[in-house]
Amino acid sequence: MRGIDLSLGAGERVAVIGESGSGKSSLALAVAGLLPREATGEGIIRWPGLAEPPRNGKDVGFVFQDPGGTLDPVMSVGAQVAEVAEVNLGLSRRRAVALAVELFERVRLPGALLKSYPHQLSGGQRQRVGIAAAIAAGPALLIADEPTSALDTIVQAEIVRLIDRLVRETGMALLIVSHDIALAATVADRIVVLKDGAVVEAGETAEIVARPKADYTRALLAACLTLDGSAGVLEGRA
Amino acid sequence: MTRIRKLILRRLVGAVPVLAIVIVGGFFLLEAAPGDAVDAYVVSIGGDAKMIEELRQSWGLNQSALARLGFYLWSLVHLDLGQSVSFSRPVLDVVLERLPNTLLLMGSATALSFSLGSLLGLFAGSRPGNLRDRLLSIGSLALYAVPGFWLGLVLTVVFAVQLRWLPVSGMETIASGKQGLERALDIARHLVLPVASLGFIYLALYLRVMRAGMAEAWRMDFVLAARARGVPRRRIAIRHVARNALLPLVTMLGLQSAAMLGGSVVIESLFSVPGLGRLAQEAVSARDTPLLLGIILVSAVLVILINLVVDCLYAALDPRVGASEAAA
Amino acid sequence: MNAARFFRSPEAVAGMVILAALAAMALLAPALFPADPLSIAGPPLTQPFQDWAHPLGTDRLGRDVLAGLFHGARTSLAVGLAAAAAAIVIGSMVGTAAGFAGGWTDEVLMRITDAFQTVPAFLLALAFVSVVGPSLTTVVAAIALGAWTGPARIARAEILSLRERDFVAGARVVGMHPVEIALREVLPNALPPVLALSSVIVAGAVLIEASLSFLGLGDPNRVTWGGMIAEGRTVLRSAPFLSIIPGIALVLSVLGVYLTGEGIVEASAARRSLS
Repeated sequence: MRGIDLSLGAGERVAVIGESGSGKSSLALAVAGLLPREATGEGIIRWPGLAEPPRNGKDVGFVFQDPGGTLDPVMSVGAQVAEVAEVNLGLSRRRAVALAVELFERVRLPGALLKSYPHQLSGGQRQRVGIAAAIAAGPALLIADEPTSALDTIVQAEIVRLIDRLVRETGMALLIVSHDIALAATVADRIVVLKDGAVVEAGETAEIVARPKADYTRALLAACLTLDGSAGVLEGRA
Repeated sequence: MTRIRKLILRRLVGAVPVLAIVIVGGFFLLEAAPGDAVDAYVVSIGGDAKMIEELRQSWGLNQSALARLGFYLWSLVHLDLGQSVSFSRPVLDVVLERLPNTLLLMGSATALSFSLGSLLGLFAGSRPGNLRDRLLSIGSLALYAVPGFWLGLVLTVVFAVQLRWLPVSGMETIASGKQGLERALDIARHLVLPVASLGFIYLALYLRVMRAGMAEAWRMDFVLAARARGVPRRRIAIRHVARNALLPLVTMLGLQSAAMLGGSVVIESLFSVPGLGRLAQEAVSARDTPLLLGIILVSAVLVILINLVVDCLYAALDPRVGASEAAA
Repeated sequence: MNAARFFRSPEAVAGMVILAALAAMALLAPALFPADPLSIAGPPLTQPFQDWAHPLGTDRLGRDVLAGLFHGARTSLAVGLAAAAAAIVIGSMVGTAAGFAGGWTDEVLMRITDAFQTVPAFLLALAFVSVVGPSLTTVVAAIALGAWTGPARIARAEILSLRERDFVAGARVVGMHPVEIALREVLPNALPPVLALSSVIVAGAVLIEASLSFLGLGDPNRVTWGGMIAEGRTVLRSAPFLSIIPGIALVLSVLGVYLTGEGIVEASAARRSLS
């Protein structure tokens, strides 16, 4: 991965698009400072307006690709969401649990599931829990790394709508990483296309969808347009 | 908790054939012993040829082995484990009299090894691979190589003979007339050395399993996710990593119960603790076959029950256990 | 196994050194101490490092401690290796049969395995020796009786995963007899994980032998470390060294077995992850 220059304003929504292996997930992890210690990287991340680097959880929320593996299997999902609020906002246990109840409502999960364990939930429900945990402390930036690729098609659309709604409601910035340009187009103001760790094309969503400059972007779009449902989504935005 | 109730039922049903094999196997093993219960009885009590013949008749020893097995099984159904020849009392009474002491010894030793072992394992596994981890790992391996009876002797030399802090043997001060709390403290003082000898060996095992479990749990995705959610490292170590690493430890608790029961034979003999283990040694030296068979049987039942309790504990700690069956 | 990796681990090398010393003691015992170690060699209760004819002293009956230590190494090593070998052979055979036959055979064999695991191994050994009478072979058999269940379970699990693999199916197609497939194709592949357990079994066998001897159920015609510890116990107040010295030998031996075994397992695991 090299030469990636990405800026993200407050409340802005940017999608990073690329095939698997293009380095987009590494980028997301690097922004959040979550790359494994062995990985070497060079880069500067500036956070204008912040005196100190942002804290994970509190300032940056992270939604993972695999909602199953990223939840502790032996802790109830409600407790895991409450934990994020507890450690980042300094809430008491009781108030953190009350906040978790509220968060479950916001991600449209029945409150009865608070005491459930990850294995008892469906993939979509787990991802809702993951989103609830990510936004629990009210971060200014939400990073979503392939938030839907582990889910089936109908659930994918629901999760995208949920992320879109939450971002609009709270005004937080969104960095969404996906291989699916159609999906990204529904939530992002700007799109950055990555290939082999380098930026191929970047610009306004409408611009890129309507008049892609790079062949690679055209190929990605063409792959989507052959799918009926996705094509409709694209035209609606463009 | 239908999940756990189903588990108990399944385990109990599964225990029936296992116990049957233990009974039949134990019966024929001890059947092969030279001389029978009457010989042993006559050696300890004395008697003439006529009395021997009468005893054989009345104990059913002149019948075929199969007939006697049938008789033994029939008695077992009535909770009759036969007559101990060296105690001249029902086997079950003798065994039940000694059982609480063994349970106290085993329970205390397990509590010691489990709590200290998992705590040290948590320390070792909170940063796998560092110096503290390496030293604890080698130390635990060395400890695991120590035979319990020898550790007991060394502890006796140091704490009972040299320092005179603790009593050398026995369960409590004989004829001290102590009551209530005073008596409990006296028993506790007597049990310090046996519990330490039995518990320290297994401590190493729990430490190692905990450490390995922690090292594995650190690599799980939910640890990365917890970091991304801003959970501090210490809290991740204790509430997520240790919590998940504790599960295999609970399984060990059941698996080790049989080994610990075996270990208590030597430790109880060494410290003259009147428990089931020392009783086994007494039964061997007195050639008391019915008693030995009874002890084997009761030990097997005990191991099955301990494993049942451990399984329930595990199911309570791990919500995933039995979930697939509940859904089906 | 990766030998270079094995010798880079200081723990594994220490284990090897201990085992080599143990083996040397066992092999050299008859040459260095030709007299019967159970016979009286000098004045009773000589303290260690006093009389260089008896560097480690003598016991209550005047038997030489160092000679006992060397001859005891023979017994410990012989019993440990023989019992572990017997347990692994019996265990892998039962496990292979259960895993390969399946159905009722599997069910019956596994319930028998359960039963053996339910009875404490030491209690079983105690009962067995008391019935058959103490001798070297009896002690080996008694220990193997309680130790074969671990290898059996692992062998069975390996067989279950192996029997669906391609090379087994291939052997079936070629028309090999099931027993031949089990012995020639499956068992050799199932053995490595079983053998990884062998250090634990050898160590356990040495410890059980010591415990049996300590309780007076070892072979009465041989010197054993457990027997020496028990013998020293009677004079624990005046001559604790009689119990402590053979105990140290015992701890070092078992530790040597563990360290070597762990080194081997780690070295082979490293190779597997590299390939």
